[in-house]
Amino acid sequence: MATISLDKVRKVYAGGVEAVKGVSIDIADGEFIVLVGPSGCGKSTLLRMIAGLEEISDGEIRIGDRVVNRVEPADRDIAMVFQNYALYPHMTVYNNLAYGLKNRGEPKDEIDKRVKEAARILEIGDFLDRKPRQLSGGQRQRVAMGRAIVRKPAAFLFDEPLSNLDAKLRVQMRIEIKRLQETLGTTSVYVTHDQLEAMTLAHRLVVLNHGRIEQIGTPLEVYEKPASTFVAGFIGSPAMNLIPVKAKDGRLHLESGEGLDAPDGFGAEHALLGVRPEDLQVDADGAENADALSLRMKVIAVEPVGAESYVHGRVAGVVDDVVVRVPAKAEFSAGAELNLKASRDRLHVFDAANGGRLNG
Amino acid sequence: MVENRPWLTFISHLVLIIGLAIVVFPVWVAFVASTYDPKSMLSGVVPLTPGDQFFQNYYQIFVEGLSSAGAPPVGLMMVNSMVMAMAIAIGKIAISIISAFAIVYFKFPGRVLAFWTIFITLMLPVEVRILPTFEVTAGLGLLNSYSGLTLPLIASATATFLFRQFFMTIPEELSEAARIDGAGPLKFFRDILLPLSRTNMAGLFVILFIYGWNQYLWPLIVTTDESYYTIVMGIQRMVTVPDSEPLWHVIMATVLLAMIPPVLVVVFMQRLFIKGLVETEK
Ligand SMILES: Nc1ncnc2c1ncn2[C@@H]1O[C@H](COP(=O)(O)OP(=O)(O)O)[C@@H](O)[C@H]1O
Ligand SMILES: [Mg+2]
Repeated sequence: MATISLDKVRKVYAGGVEAVKGVSIDIADGEFIVLVGPSGCGKSTLLRMIAGLEEISDGEIRIGDRVVNRVEPADRDIAMVFQNYALYPHMTVYNNLAYGLKNRGEPKDEIDKRVKEAARILEIGDFLDRKPRQLSGGQRQRVAMGRAIVRKPAAFLFDEPLSNLDAKLRVQMRIEIKRLQETLGTTSVYVTHDQLEAMTLAHRLVVLNHGRIEQIGTPLEVYEKPASTFVAGFIGSPAMNLIPVKAKDGRLHLESGEGLDAPDGFGAEHALLGVRPEDLQVDADGAENADALSLRMKVIAVEPVGAESYVHGRVAGVVDDVVVRVPAKAEFSAGAELNLKASRDRLHVFDAANGGRLNG
Repeated sequence: MVENRPWLTFISHLVLIIGLAIVVFPVWVAFVASTYDPKSMLSGVVPLTPGDQFFQNYYQIFVEGLSSAGAPPVGLMMVNSMVMAMAIAIGKIAISIISAFAIVYFKFPGRVLAFWTIFITLMLPVEVRILPTFEVTAGLGLLNSYSGLTLPLIASATATFLFRQFFMTIPEELSEAARIDGAGPLKFFRDILLPLSRTNMAGLFVILFIYGWNQYLWPLIVTTDESYYTIVMGIQRMVTVPDSEPLWHVIMATVLLAMIPPVLVVVFMQRLFIKGLVETEK
């Protein structure tokens, strides 16, 4: 068990690519941190720097109260689970789990005890004599987890460990990883590009974009109060609708003419109004209301997903489609005109220039 | 593929059998020739059924040698060939797997240069560089020794290149996982790379053993002492014996004996090779 702290960590690759541009995070003991962001945003690089697999160009990483910048991966007291599992193909499951312990010179009976214990927790006891190629994807995933937990490390590092599994297994393993982390209480850093995985696993999310932190917070904080349009668009599915507005005389005006009162202290001239699909209501009468946002949308397509449906449509002055979540039973057809309403306290206002959040 | 076309089966088997006959016939003639006395082979008609001199002929070549042909006993030449082929095969594999390991897994100044230098030597087989190589070997006093027979043939660009390609197909995460598991470079090499390379090594061993066994020019040049003659050289000397007819019965017996070790290597290693192919996976 240990805390991990990153202080202005930077990574510049040999080719000059700056993959991580000064990241600072303090991870508490036992915390489950998820690094999330689109592909290429530097998540893996950051994780690999914590693991010691990549050199740190600048800044400082501490595990516990030791600076580990120049410490070999094996001596950092961490364990890592790779996306492709990286099991040793020629070794049995037992030896895969035992290898790290053997290299540390643990006594044989201690190794045996720990391997059996890990196998019991992960329910892989029946496969200990098999080779990795004789296992299914889910079983390999468990072995990879087993290899991490036998070591009883100070921290687990996961790099997209579930992305090679099918959807059903992914959900199942996700729950298991969460349960395991809670039982063991080991500090964990988990990398994923899947926002749902991030939301469900994390104690705190770290949203990365182009090597910078966009926001750190609990899943709900990040969802309720996205710090930028980037976070707003990345967390939540379907993504938040962003509607350009102009501020004039204390009111925000849509291109189509509708308007509403600006939030307190609002100074910018151009802004983006964010509203999540579930916060938009289809409103029969369409009466304008100074305290709410109202929009007219022309339906393009309806996407039923079972429990609910997503209606995609166009709103004058908005480049992207606007998406509304409606109950599955509601029936709309393409071409129909809808009046939409969102109450003022459900709206997010962002600076149109830099994407930063403007309302509290 | 499940097919039931009797004619196709018949024809393909016929082709195989004819092919086999073409390959086997000379070997059979060699065997037959090795079982007659010298006169029968020179009578002009080559017999196709074995004669009765099998034991005498093989006893003669094994134990007595052929003094008139200037060749030592076959037993000694077989041992020499064996030593040479084994040393070349094992030496080549050992050197090239280590070089490939260095080139793929370590960053050192001149790494790319080192690789290309090795790669370019592909264009320089022994025959091309025979004079300078002889000069160096002689200068080191390695003429008439096993070291002289084998060392100059050991450095191998082909094998290095094959191992390099193989190592590059091993996912990087495997070496990273090993690093996290506390395996240093040598442990990683021993515990992970070597076992994963087993099939490649077996395959290469077969090829390189035969390559070493069949060496002719180089042994001919570096050995003048009979006790270092190899079997391939020996056969050649027997055929070109001065001032008399070649003793075909003896030559053929020697040829057959010389074929046995490579055949055994192929048969034995092939099983290991195929077993490995079926069992390993990345
Ligand atoms: N070994 C490398 N050499 C040079 N650039 C790299 C290397 N690894 C990753 N990068 C670059 O660094 C950026 C971040 O990569 P990565 O951390 O793998 O992203 P993510 O895991 O978030 O998809 C990318 O632009 C990628 O092209
Ligand atoms: Mg990645």
